[in-house]
Parts: sequence; C-alpha cells; structure tokens
Amino acid sequence: MTSLETPPRTADKPTRAVRSAGDRTFAGLSTGAGILILVVLAGVAAFLITESLDAISAPAADIAGGEGVWSYVGPLVFGTLLAAVIALLVATPLGVAIALFITYYAPKRIAATLGYLIDLLAAIPSVVYGFWGLAALAPAMVPFYAWAERNLGFIPLFAGPASATGRTMLTAGLVLAIMILPIISAISREVFVQAPALHREAALALGATRWEMIKMAVLPYGKSGVIGGSMLGLGRALGETLAVAIVLSVSGGVTFNLISSSNPSTIAANIALQFPESSGLGVSTLIFTGLVLFVITLAVNMLARYVVNRRADFSGAN
Amino acid sequence: MAKRIDVSDLDIFYGNFKAVEGVNVSIEPRSVTALIGPSGCGKSTFLRSLNRMHEVIPGARVEGKVVIDGQDLYGSDVDPVDVRRQIGMVFQRPNPFPTMSIYDNVVAGVRLNAKKMKKSDLDDLVESSLKGANLWNEVKDRLNRPGSGLSGGQQQRLCIARAIAVQPEVLLMDEPCSALDPISTLAIEDLMTELKDRFTIVIVTHNMQQAARVSEQTGFFNLNGVGQPGRLIEFNPTEKIFSNPDQKATEDYISGRFG
Repeated sequence: MTSLETPPRTADKPTRAVRSAGDRTFAGLSTGAGILILVVLAGVAAFLITESLDAISAPAADIAGGEGVWSYVGPLVFGTLLAAVIALLVATPLGVAIALFITYYAPKRIAATLGYLIDLLAAIPSVVYGFWGLAALAPAMVPFYAWAERNLGFIPLFAGPASATGRTMLTAGLVLAIMILPIISAISREVFVQAPALHREAALALGATRWEMIKMAVLPYGKSGVIGGSMLGLGRALGETLAVAIVLSVSGGVTFNLISSSNPSTIAANIALQFPESSGLGVSTLIFTGLVLFVITLAVNMLARYVVNRRADFSGAN
Repeated sequence: MAKRIDVSDLDIFYGNFKAVEGVNVSIEPRSVTALIGPSGCGKSTFLRSLNRMHEVIPGARVEGKVVIDGQDLYGSDVDPVDVRRQIGMVFQRPNPFPTMSIYDNVVAGVRLNAKKMKKSDLDDLVESSLKGANLWNEVKDRLNRPGSGLSGGQQQRLCIARAIAVQPEVLLMDEPCSALDPISTLAIEDLMTELKDRFTIVIVTHNMQQAARVSEQTGFFNLNGVGQPGRLIEFNPTEKIFSNPDQKATEDYISGRFG
C-alpha cells in the first residue's frame, strides 16, 4: 500500500486508488457496524466487572449463604451446566436425525414442510415453553419419574425421591432440548445438504445402501458442522432464563439426582427470580453470577466458532 | 468373472423427458467398449443405467431390458444396491473419500459387504488392488495418509483400485480422464488394457483418439436436436468406426464436421 501513497511524480495528478463515494460510504458504514459490536461487548463486560467488584471484595459472611461469592455461584454454575448438558444430550441426536430425515429420506414436499415447522419452534417465546413445561410436560413426566425411582433407583441419576410435581432438572433439560432443537437441526441440515454429490455417488456406486452412503459420505463431511451447531445450541441452553425459572423447582444443593424436587438453580433463572427482591450487595452478587455466565457462554461460543472454522481443513475441498 | 451385457429396446426417462431411446446393443466380456458422441447425447445416461446409478436422480426410470449373464438388472425383485456391487463405476472427477486414508478408501467397498475379513487378508487385498491399479509403488509407504493428498491422476487410479477391490463383473468409466493431464491419462489407458483381461469395461469418452487407442468396440450416440432423445446411431468394431463407418453421421462426427 505504501507504494500507492508515494507515487513517482511524473503525472500531473497524484496517483490515488480511485474509490467512488458510494463505496467509501458503504465501507464506513460496515466498519462502523463492526466496531459497534466490539463497543457493546466491551461495555457489557465493563459493566459486569465494575458492578460485581463489591461482591468480590465483600467479606464472605455478608454474601447470601454466608460462605462467599464463589460458594454462592458454584451450585448455580453446576445447575446451569447440568441443565444445558441434558438438553444437549437429548437434542443433538434428535436434531441430527431430523436433519438426515429432511435431507435424505423425506419426500421433497414433506421435507420442506417439516423444515418450516422446525424453524417455527425457534419463534416460540421462551415464556411459552416455560408454561408448557410447567403445565403439560411436568405432570406428564410424573409417572415416568415414579417408575424410574422404582426400577432405576440404583443409578444415582434416578435416586429419587421422585418429584410429585414433575418440576425436576430432567424436565427443565427436556424443555431446553426442545428449545435448542431448531438451531441444531438447521445447521446440521445445511451441512448435510452440502455433502458433495461426488462422494455420495462414489459410495452408492460401491453398492452402499442409503444409510451406508450417509455413514461414508455425509456424516464425516458434516461432523464438524454438527459439533458447531450443538455448541451454539449449548450457548443458548446456558443462557436460557424464563423457561428454567418457571419449570424448575429449586432448593439449593449440588446433586446429580435428576428426578427429585430439590434441584440447583441455573445462573440466569436465579438472577430472574432473585433480582426483584435484592438490593445493594445482593444485586452485586447476582451481577457477579452474570459475569460468570458471560465468561462460560463466551468460551462455549468461541469453541463453537473454532470447531466450525476447522471444518475447511478436512472437508476435502482440495 | 467378466460378464456379457445385453441391452434391448432401452428407453431412459428423466420424469417425462425421454433422454435416450431404443438402444439395442451387446457388450462383449473381456474387452473395452467405448461410447462416443456430442455432449447431451445420452451416452453418460446410458452408462449410468447399466448399474442403475441414474436412479439417484429423482424421477429417472427406464423401459426395456438390461441383461447381464441371464439376469435382468431391472427385474422387479432386483435390488439396485446388489447391482452396483457387481458393476463398479469410475467417475469423471476423481472422488476418493476425503476423510478416509488411502487404505480405507481401497477397502471401503469390501467393508460395505459386511464380511468380516482378517487384517492380513485386507492387507493383501489393498496391495493387490493398488497393484492392479498401478498405484502400489507410489503409495505403499503412505497408506495411512488421506487419499485427497494424492495428485489427480493418482486419485483416479485410487478410485479404480477401490472399484476393482470388490471384484466386480463389469467396470463402467464415465470420462475417467477428462480431468487429468496427458501423462496421467496415458497411465489410465495402459491400465485399461491390463484390466480388460479380467473385466468387461465400458468407457464414455469425449476424446476420439482415446476411444481409438483403448477400445475394441465403439458406439456412437447422437441426437437429432435439442429436446430430442439420444440414440445409438452406430455400434461397430472400433477399427471400422474410425476408418469406414456405416453411417454418415458417424463419419461427420469422427472427421470433426460437427460435435
């Protein structure tokens, strides 16, 4: 670029890259939009950090629970991760199966309709999911929880006592699973459709059945896309507030017991429930938990980006 | 294991569009048969109908008969998957599976047959298939490297090794050299002359010199106009096609007056 700025002085006019006014305007606008994102992100981070300083520096006894800010946020982090992981374990296989059905099994018209319906799931507000989980899913799960306690009670996950309302960690995880299903199936669908016809035909010409063709040519190609989609879904599940706040019956401690009525809360749900009744140091503590969630979500999303971008390396584009 | 292919009154459709009409031909075992003709004349479509690969496109169907060794490929109880296991195919662009090693690419078809093979048997198969495709010496030290790291010509020979590893009766080749340089093309052509001792080979090519070099029989496809179905105009020994063809259209095409 420097050679453009110091041209030989032979011509009358200074040699400069010719750029139209429209091009300059658009370049400025898009650069500004990019910077705006950074500013907003930095602003949020700065707010979270400054507002939570009080809680971090306060004596442990003053924090709710009386054992300091880290002991306060620990069970919440656990609950957040547990609910999100349950959601992920349920939604990923389901989302991949839906995407495969839409791309390689369903007749064209059914595939298009089903695709729209799945996308529609993403448009339902989370408060509606919350009420559906509370009023429909939770009661429906109660008999299963009782059955699980009787027959699977030897597994710590189903130790019980089974919740009588169904408002358990498992129910919350299932509601979250349905909420993140659209993003996982949409991204999986995108990458499965792009699996090169070249390699699909190679598999078929070797005498592969459709499922074998999918195993040989589609899934290896789409693997990283599926991982990326799941990570984005995980990000959403981590931050989901209202649905969890409504569904989950909360009473503290760290436990892997998925079917009882005493569960750790999640960070986002806890903020939503506690904030109206908090003041002073309580608010600062909640904001600190928000900072922790911010960091976790950021890490998950960066990991997702990393995995998605790595796709180019082994997609076989060469 | 090479088998004779008898095609009678074959029409091929994509939906309502008739792409190929009225093909009658007998393809001899242990020989190379070349199919030539201008673009869009249906020669690739015809080739793909020989192992039912054209059915991959929704709406594609055929009327008529393709009989291999007494068995009608389009019989109502015939599974296209079984047909493709007997009739291998090599495509225009080399398409080794990018996420698999060279070794895994060669045994991909064998693993599909769900036979449990001993590691040593698999090793032998990989070696014999790669030797059969004239690729062994170039890749024997890097069998665990990805197949996509090879040159285009090597990739195409890897695809041939993959196709012959399942011991097919027939090998179909759809313009196997059109994406390759002259040296790689020569390697593949030499390979074809070796392979025809074991397989029935049918090759589609745009390169008339190639057809003249490698084949015993040549079929010329043509169509009367856009939107018309392609037809097999002439099927004769390659020598006759290129010196003294029966049809004027064939002569015009060979001598470069059109196409």
